[in-house]
Amino acid sequence: MNTVETDANGTLDSVKDSSENILEVKNLCIDYLLNDGEFKAVNKVSFNIAKGEIFGLAGESGCGKSTIAFAINRLLQPPAYISGGEILLEGKNTLQMTDTELASLRWKKVSMVFQSAMNSLNPVITVAEQFRDMLHRHQGLNPQQSAHRAAQLLTLVGIDPNRLNDYPHQFSGGMRQRIVIAIGLALNPDLIVMDEPTTALDVVVQREILQKIYKLREQFGFSILFITHDLSLMTQFCDRIGVMYKGELVEVDSAENILHRPQHSYTQKLWSAIPTPFGDSVMSQYATAAKTEVTQ
Amino acid sequence: MSNSATNILNNPQSNQPFPSQDTDTDTVLEVRGLAKTFSVGHGFKRTEVNALRDVSFSLKKGRALALVGESGSGKSTVARVIMKMYEASAGEIKYAGESVLGKKSAAQMRAYRSAVQMVFQDPFGSLNPAHTIYHHIARPLLTHGHVTEKAQLKAAVFDVLNQVELNPEVTAYKYPHELSGGQRQRVALARTLAVAAKVVLADEPTSMLDVSIRIDVLNLLKRMKEDNGIAFLYITHDIATARYFAEDIAVMYQGQIIEWGTCGDVIDNPQHPYTKLLLSAVPNAGVRFDEINPQQAYYLDNAQMIRDVSGESSAEIQKISDNHFIRVQDFSVLDSPSATA
Repeated sequence: MNTVETDANGTLDSVKDSSENILEVKNLCIDYLLNDGEFKAVNKVSFNIAKGEIFGLAGESGCGKSTIAFAINRLLQPPAYISGGEILLEGKNTLQMTDTELASLRWKKVSMVFQSAMNSLNPVITVAEQFRDMLHRHQGLNPQQSAHRAAQLLTLVGIDPNRLNDYPHQFSGGMRQRIVIAIGLALNPDLIVMDEPTTALDVVVQREILQKIYKLREQFGFSILFITHDLSLMTQFCDRIGVMYKGELVEVDSAENILHRPQHSYTQKLWSAIPTPFGDSVMSQYATAAKTEVTQ
Repeated sequence: MSNSATNILNNPQSNQPFPSQDTDTDTVLEVRGLAKTFSVGHGFKRTEVNALRDVSFSLKKGRALALVGESGSGKSTVARVIMKMYEASAGEIKYAGESVLGKKSAAQMRAYRSAVQMVFQDPFGSLNPAHTIYHHIARPLLTHGHVTEKAQLKAAVFDVLNQVELNPEVTAYKYPHELSGGQRQRVALARTLAVAAKVVLADEPTSMLDVSIRIDVLNLLKRMKEDNGIAFLYITHDIATARYFAEDIAVMYQGQIIEWGTCGDVIDNPQHPYTKLLLSAVPNAGVRFDEINPQQAYYLDNAQMIRDVSGESSAEIQKISDNHFIRVQDFSVLDSPSATA
């Protein structure tokens, strides 16, 4: 369909045929309109996500990683606007779709899990009802059918289906996030965009949830765009990682290479700033490299 | 537990000092058998929540103790009781050998406040938006009598800002909103230097900062610890930064310290099931999710059971080594995974 990707993409991409990709982002530019001109939040970013792959976007706050996540679902609000590039979902450009096309695509092809589960669920309706709107619109299910489906999905993420008629405030933060993930899985999407899904949670709960997602991915074969600032966690969870810095994708490589053979000086500097809990530290390895970088 | 197990004490009131018995002069702040109970609800629905149970530790000059645990485990309550923001329900807190609990005169309180200071997680909420940074540093200097003559004030403020690596010429006359999160946290730390604190209780001081800024603030904390001999209580949920910054660590769960000792001993050789669970879940670069060893998988699979067991009250302490202790609970329900390493 398309020629081999060239520039910012890692070696893995060039090998793969582009038809295997669920998502292709090409030269994406996103600007924020300010009083005095424009701020380039995302600058010529290109990457692909293959079917069944977990792709991680890492970077500091303000580097544009969440902006990309929002752009994929076309959820950006003014003053942000997409000033250039393409987002191809199974070869179709989402940026040129009509609103109805887009509506049929959301949840079904691409679902999204945000950082704050507290804000993702409607506080005045029960868990069963949270599923109802989406299942009715996309599959025409009646309330009984949708409750049945919701019960299945809750079991999948490890929540007792008897709690369908409880309200969000009756669940802990970790359980709420799992409910949001269950909603994200409801229509068997091909791609799930996860923007810091576990940042607000405790490590043990974070691990439980990600382990669950990891298993579900093996079962259903969906792709994940995983966004976090925790680089250590990313090397455990993702297949490939893209590192962003000031709106640009500076390095894309396999998780193993990002950890053991980071090429870009920013990635190395990032590692030099992350202490590790156990014995051998990645940090010290790059501490010297980063120092020389600073002095230059 | 294959280690030579000796029950040292069964009496919760006279728990042994942390990390081992010592009467040396380095101990600045001592906490013994501290308990805090909150009442929840009204009338017949009134119940009690044990936020802290039998918490004992000591803070030493130029050393840091990391208090780790999940949210709701009572870590921040410890700091708040020490700061006298909450009244302790039971137990004793001693600063320089003298009890700090109960009613104190204004002068005594001022002396205590100048010795023990707290730094909060949110650097945005802990500075007054209506005042300049200069004001934030000058106030404690004057209040606690470190500077008596106005003429010396500016030099003293600039000196404190220099110590936290902020350029005084640029920063002193700015307002908090003009600074980044990392810079604001430095101002919060500068205030503790301005009152010449001997003990700093740092409650998640770096968790709201970006990775690249976090390490700089940690290094600053390290320098304050080493150069100024400040005793730190470092409250965090992040084991990695705890190990980087602190010498000692105490793991807390549901108001009890369940394992404590030097960082190396506890993190490399955890003995309490909850600590093992916690460490199994800590992000560890490079170890893929499908590559976890059976032991780690066991703890993660039985997380709920381990939590239930670890929440039980217990006064039985077991010594693992000279600098390593655990609280013994009823571990029998956990069929331990074949031969622990």
